[in-house]
Amino acid sequence: MGFLTAEVVINTLRELGSMVLYIILGTIILEILVYVVLGKIFKSKYTLPYMLMIAAIFGITILIIYPISYEVRLAFTNMSLRHFRSYTLSWTQGLKNFGLVFSEPVLKQVKFFPLLFRTLLWTAINVVFHVSGGFGLAILLNRQMRGRGLYRTLLVFPWAIPQIIAVLAWKGEFHYEYGFINVILTNVGMQPIQWMASPFWNFVAACITNIWLGIPFMMIIILGGLQSIPLEFYDAAEIDGASRWQQFRNITLPLLKPVLTPAVVLGIIWTFNNFNVPYMINANELETTDILVTALFRAAFEYHRYGFSAAFAMVIFIILFVIASIYIRITQGLKGVYE
Amino acid sequence: MNTKNKTKQTNISQFFKSPSRGDSPFKRLIIHLILIVACVIAIYPVLRIISVSLRPGDRLLSTSLAIIPKDASLYSYYRIIFEKPFLLWLWNSLAITITTAFIGLILASTSAYAFSRWNFPGRKPGLFFLLTTQMIPAAMLVVPIYILAVKFQLINSYRGLALAYSVSSVPFSIWILKGYYDTIPRELEEAAKIDGASEMAAFFRIILPLSTPALAIVFLFNFMMAWNDWLMARIMLQRENMFTWPLGIWTFSGQFRVEWGSFAAASILVAVPVMVLFLYSSKWLISGLTLGSVKG
Repeated sequence: MGFLTAEVVINTLRELGSMVLYIILGTIILEILVYVVLGKIFKSKYTLPYMLMIAAIFGITILIIYPISYEVRLAFTNMSLRHFRSYTLSWTQGLKNFGLVFSEPVLKQVKFFPLLFRTLLWTAINVVFHVSGGFGLAILLNRQMRGRGLYRTLLVFPWAIPQIIAVLAWKGEFHYEYGFINVILTNVGMQPIQWMASPFWNFVAACITNIWLGIPFMMIIILGGLQSIPLEFYDAAEIDGASRWQQFRNITLPLLKPVLTPAVVLGIIWTFNNFNVPYMINANELETTDILVTALFRAAFEYHRYGFSAAFAMVIFIILFVIASIYIRITQGLKGVYE
Repeated sequence: MNTKNKTKQTNISQFFKSPSRGDSPFKRLIIHLILIVACVIAIYPVLRIISVSLRPGDRLLSTSLAIIPKDASLYSYYRIIFEKPFLLWLWNSLAITITTAFIGLILASTSAYAFSRWNFPGRKPGLFFLLTTQMIPAAMLVVPIYILAVKFQLINSYRGLALAYSVSSVPFSIWILKGYYDTIPRELEEAAKIDGASEMAAFFRIILPLSTPALAIVFLFNFMMAWNDWLMARIMLQRENMFTWPLGIWTFSGQFRVEWGSFAAASILVAVPVMVLFLYSSKWLISGLTLGSVKG
C-alpha cells in the first residue's frame, strides 16, 4: 500500500513533464514540416490553417482513428485471453464473430436482441422521467417566490455530486437490510424489497438511480428556456381569453422547442451510453440490468473475448450512428455549423 | 435617475405580472410543499453519505435514519487520510486530470480557430467527424485502447491514462471553441491586419484574450470529465498505488470487502470541493453546453 511521498510527486511530475515536452517537440517538428511542404513547395494558400491544426490532426489520428481501425481489424480475429499473441485474422473469423453477436448469448445467458430491447426501454423510461420531472420542477420554480434560489441550489445537488460517488452510495442504499428505502418500508409496516436479488427490482433500482441523477440537468435547461419567454405573450393570451392549458400548449411548448430538442437528444445519447449506473447497480450474475454498453465491457473484460467484443462494438456503433443521423435529419443540426 | 425609476417601475409591474400573479395562498402552499419534498429527495441520499462517514467503526451498518448518528466520530476520516493511500489517489487524479485538460485546451484552441475562419479542403468532413466522435460511447473504445496500451506498455502509467482521456476531450473542445470563435466578428482581425499585425499576432493578441470565458469552460469541462471518470481508469490502472480516486473509492465499496465508512469519508472529501466548484460555475457550464449550438 502506497502513500503520498515527495518521491512519488517527483516521479509523477517527471513522467508527465517528459510527455508534455515530447508533445511540444513533436509539434514543432510537425509545424516546420507543414510549413516547408505546404508553404514552400506547394505554395498553398491554406498553409496557415493546416499549421494551426496539424498537432490536433496528428493527435486525433493516433488517439481515435488508429484505435477505431484497430478495433475493426480486431473484429475479424479470434483474439481472447488465450489467443492474445497467437490470434488468427481472417474473413471467416470475422463473419463468425458477427454471427455470434446475434445468435449466441453475449455474456452467459442474455442474447443480443433482448439486450437491445432492454437498452431502448431503459433509454425511454429514463428520458421520459427526466423530461417530465425536469419540466414540472422548472414550471414550479419559474415564479417569484421566497426561497427560490435555495430550492434551485438544493435541487441541483444530484447533478453536482460526482456521478460515481452518487451511484455507489445508491448501491449501498439498495442493501436489503440497511438501505434507507427498505428501512422506511419496514418502518411503515411494508415488505422490504429484494433490490439486488430480483431481476425486476434490480432494473427498477438502476432506473431510480439514473432518474434521480438526470432530472436536475433537464430542470436547469428547461428553466433557462422558460425564463427567456417574454411575459407579454402570456398577457396577450390572457386578454384573448386563452386558458392556462392553451397558453402552455401554444406559447410555452413551441417557444421551448429550440432548447428542448437538443437537450432531449443529448439526454437520449447519454442514457443510451450510460455505463456507471447499470454497471454498478447491477447484480452481476443476473445479467438483467445490463444494457448494450455494460454488456460490451463485461464481454471484453470479464470474459476476455476481445475479437468478439470488437464485432459487438461495431454493431453498437452502427445503431448509434442510425440514431444520430435521424437526429441530424430532424434538427438539421449541421446546417448552421457549416457556414 | 429617470431610468432608475423606470427599471424600478418595470420591476414592480413585472412582479405583478409574473406567472405567480393570482396564485392563491393555498396554491402557493402546495407549490412550496412539492418543492420541499423534491429537495428532500434530492439531498437525502447525499446527507446519508455524511451520516455514514460520521458513524463510529463498530456501527457502520445500522437501520437508524438519523443524519448525525449518536456518538458521531471522525475516525473514518482519520483512517482514510493516515491509513489508506487516499491522498496518493487524489494526487494521481489531479496530475493526470490537469495534464489532460491542458493538452485538450492547447490542441483545440488553435485548430478550432482554423475551423472557424478558413474554408480549407476537408473542413466539412472534419466537422462531421468531430460530431460523430461525440456519439461514440467510451465503453466502445476501451477494447482497442486496452489492447494497444498493453502492446505499447502504457498500462499502469500516468502517460497512458492522460493520453486516453485526451481522446474524448480534444474533439469536444474543438467543437465548443469553434462555436465561440464564430461569434467573434472577423472585423476585429481585419482591423488588426490593417494596423500591421500578422495573422498569428491577431489570433494570439486579440482572439485568444477575448475567448477567455470559453477557454475556461473548456478547461473546466475536460477537467470534470477526466476527474470523475471510472471506466478508462479501470482498464488502464491495475496497481493500487497508481489508482485515481474513483477507482480507489470503488474498491471500498467492492463486493468482497465493503468499507462503507472509508467510502463515505473519502466521498465527502472529494465531493465537497467539486460540488462547491460546480454550483459556483454551473451558470457558465450550462451556457458552455449551448455555446456550440448557438448557430445550429
